[in-house]
Amino acid sequence: MSMIGRIVTVYGNMVTAEVEGIVRQNAVAYCKRADGVKLMSEIIRVRGKLVDMQVFELTRGLKVGDDVEISDELLSVELGPGLIGMVYDGLQNPLAELATNYGNFLTPGHYLKALNREKLWDFTPVASIGSLVKASDNLGKVQENIFDHYIMAPFTLRGEWKVKSVAPAGKYRVEDIIATLEKDGETMDINMIQRWPVRMPLGLYKQRLLPTQPMVTKQRIIDTFFPVMLGGTYCIPGPFGAGKTVLQQNTSRYADVDVVILAACGERAGEVVETLREFPHLADPRTGGTLIERTIIICNTSSMPVAARESSVYTAITLGEYYRQVGLNVLLLADSTSRWAQALREMSGRLEEIPGEEAFPAYLETSIARFYERGGIVELNDGRVSSLTVGGTVSPAGGNFEEPVTQGTLKVVGAFLGLSYARSYARRFPAIDPLESWSKYSGVIDTQKVVWAHKFLKRGKTINEMMQVVGEEGTSIDDFVIYLKSELLDNVYLQQNSFDEVDAACPVERQRYLFDLVSETLNHEFKFADKAEARDTFFTLTEQFRNWNYTPWETAQLKEIEATIKETLASKEATNA
Amino acid sequence: MRKYYTKIDNIAGNVATLKATNVGYDELAIVEGSWGSSLAQVIRVNGDTVTLQVFAGTRGVSTGDKVSFLGSSMKFSFSEDLFGRIFSGSGEARDNRGELTDNLIEIGGPAVNPAVRLMPHRMIPTNIPMIDVFNTLVEGQKLPIFSIPGEPYNELLARIALQAEADVIIFGGMGLKYDEYLYFKNRLEEGGAMNRSIMFVHTASDPVVECLQTPDLALTVAEQFAIQGKRVLVLLTDMTNFANALKEISITMEQIPSNRGYPGDLYSQLASRYEKAVVFEEGGSITLMAVTTMPGDDVTHPVPDNTGYITEGQFYLKGGVIDPFGSLSRLKQQVNGKTREDHRAIMDGCIQLYSKCRETREKRAMGFEMSDWDLKLLAYGDSFEKEIMSFDANVGLFDALKQCWEILADHFEPRETGIRSNLCDQFWPKNS
Repeated sequence: MSMIGRIVTVYGNMVTAEVEGIVRQNAVAYCKRADGVKLMSEIIRVRGKLVDMQVFELTRGLKVGDDVEISDELLSVELGPGLIGMVYDGLQNPLAELATNYGNFLTPGHYLKALNREKLWDFTPVASIGSLVKASDNLGKVQENIFDHYIMAPFTLRGEWKVKSVAPAGKYRVEDIIATLEKDGETMDINMIQRWPVRMPLGLYKQRLLPTQPMVTKQRIIDTFFPVMLGGTYCIPGPFGAGKTVLQQNTSRYADVDVVILAACGERAGEVVETLREFPHLADPRTGGTLIERTIIICNTSSMPVAARESSVYTAITLGEYYRQVGLNVLLLADSTSRWAQALREMSGRLEEIPGEEAFPAYLETSIARFYERGGIVELNDGRVSSLTVGGTVSPAGGNFEEPVTQGTLKVVGAFLGLSYARSYARRFPAIDPLESWSKYSGVIDTQKVVWAHKFLKRGKTINEMMQVVGEEGTSIDDFVIYLKSELLDNVYLQQNSFDEVDAACPVERQRYLFDLVSETLNHEFKFADKAEARDTFFTLTEQFRNWNYTPWETAQLKEIEATIKETLASKEATNA
Repeated sequence: MRKYYTKIDNIAGNVATLKATNVGYDELAIVEGSWGSSLAQVIRVNGDTVTLQVFAGTRGVSTGDKVSFLGSSMKFSFSEDLFGRIFSGSGEARDNRGELTDNLIEIGGPAVNPAVRLMPHRMIPTNIPMIDVFNTLVEGQKLPIFSIPGEPYNELLARIALQAEADVIIFGGMGLKYDEYLYFKNRLEEGGAMNRSIMFVHTASDPVVECLQTPDLALTVAEQFAIQGKRVLVLLTDMTNFANALKEISITMEQIPSNRGYPGDLYSQLASRYEKAVVFEEGGSITLMAVTTMPGDDVTHPVPDNTGYITEGQFYLKGGVIDPFGSLSRLKQQVNGKTREDHRAIMDGCIQLYSKCRETREKRAMGFEMSDWDLKLLAYGDSFEKEIMSFDANVGLFDALKQCWEILADHFEPRETGIRSNLCDQFWPKNS
């Protein structure tokens, strides 16, 4: 049922309408321009007869007195097989189809269905006739790429329903009826599509579990020093130019998960284009397919309307929750949550709410917390375990981590990968600051060993700072060697060359091996005549380790390089003579 | 029949409000009074109250001035006749040649669908080694020059404009000093580029609202050429003036400022301009070079800070040279893997060593003894600055790479450079 209201105010992307009757907060409305074009909007405040709406399009041309169609449905997304590989805008319109139908520009007022209605899916029934099902119980499954995509009883189902019929195995479209349920004489036809309001967490599981299994990213500094777990949360704050996006892209390529959802929220279109154009050609080593076959892109770039940017992160996380519900391990990468926070701020300003710090609304922190809390590892109703890991970048103004978005995020995440100017200027990538960052999770290498190695970094930094004051000549050779060791650890372990085919992704086995090899060097008792010799030796070692990093795993050449490293170590060994 | 309103209720700053009906958001109006007439834009409609942003400012506007609405948002004539022309920020001819009225196009339209964009993939050679080798400019890129007032940023911009190959050059000047405007005009004329250039100029003495329109005019025209398959280079200077104009208007509108008086949507406002940079599947492109002056050399100032998050890198102009630290072309990786295999290694290697040289200089300044290694670094740094970083350096990419190898060989052993051994074997100058 929809009602008609009348526009009384237009100000930026906020429109106020006067309406008689019952309206629902966060319901969808359409502002109708004089030329008939309908602009999608969402109710964000109700004041008596007046409703304030954020319009997801340019409001150019709207007039006082124009009609507004107000629906009762909350802003929702369409869920079902066929989401993977798609590129959507913040409101789940498929961008490729928009381009085909309406050309190069995103002209306002065009909305398309998110799921392909024509595609045939190989359906296998799972539920038996006569059995009882609750919301989210499996009725059948289809094959989506390499995954079993379970078709579930509606998430909105109340109580237990009896399965009256299930379609036999065969090919079906998403809108075809695949099951019929009944309860108290009422029947319900089920197809493969579900709708879910984006602002409501989708959490139909038996229980939430504690994250215990590392999510391997193949980035050494993350997996070893600042690990993230399946179902965990992490954030990557950093000033511009520190390599946030490259890090996110590497994670999206190499992370050991089933589905990756990229939410490009208020960032550059170019970055999305890169993913869009490259992922269909990049092999996914896990599946033999291409990376796009496990990726969904939600793209609301910085020049697209700001209200849709605000909703795009919710669209993304709802899709993530859905695939978790299907039984998969999902990684959501939101880039950047600061742009989302800014969108909140813009709307808050237009609503003339009393501002908090830096003009952000007072509810900023709770909004951030609620967003990250939608991640997690869960046990589903049928006992399977699945997860949604959430990683968000933060773009703090001026690179200052004391600002509200960074601080609000740090409180709720399990790992903090802080990027630093200094490291990126020195071309030390990934520019995660090893002394500022932290993780509450444990990683792929024994925690004690990691703590031991980390001490070198701290000592090395202290010694380096000391050297800035007292000079190299005022530093003892022992301290100097510790400094060189810390630099070696930094250069050959923390840093990773994402443009080298081999070094870009370092699997767990290789990380463990390299960690031991580097540890051996850190542990080694060197004997040097003077500092020049020490520096020289470490140049050689660094070069040898780098070559090791660039050489493919399990090759004779790799063994040879390892031998040269050992040789260098032996040649400078301190003897107890 | 056009309807005239003759009662303005409020006048403040560049904003005027009046009672009117059937007015669309973003619609254009004309305010006519005894001091002349000006275009104005509807920036708010609330019941029958319409808020107008008056392009020429409200100085001298009377509450009895005549206001009429044009029924559409701002439009500008687009055709080949634009070449060689100069316009003001309100789209009026500045060169005493006639106004153009054909083929009107809407200014500031919707964003390009990301699905039809191509990844920028073609290098734009500039013959400036600090750009070509270290931070390659790529067709379709958006890149600002960050600098303090007083640096030769306009010279750099003009040099890039003339040396880069582009079918169309569109210049947008915001808050320019009059002599800066003449400088660009003369450079384009002397360089023989005026016949493929279009200039939109807002000088410091022009009304501030026109400053807001200038980039939109420039970019809308650029977009039209790009759709036709042209490779367009857009130059915008100075975007800080544009941001300050935004600040002025938003404060007049009593918006709550977010940071140092700038409106909360500064990021979105800047982004919607910069994001016009594009490479279309059909071949046309817009490359956008802008100048952002940093008040007090402070990169954390809201304008450079927000800009840095939007653009694909930035060139820092410091002490008359493009500073290798902080300067970044994010898209260089799209092209520098295809130029020559040593390009990336030289790019990283030279900068890492130069960074160490800077640290050593600090140590020297504090009076520490210099080790042999320190002396090597110092000597290297001097050569690197003199031959590569200098603003006068004007050589192609391969020559610049060769020079870099020579400088390295003059001062270091191959393994001290941190460059992979197989590249050193191949490119290290043999006679050293």
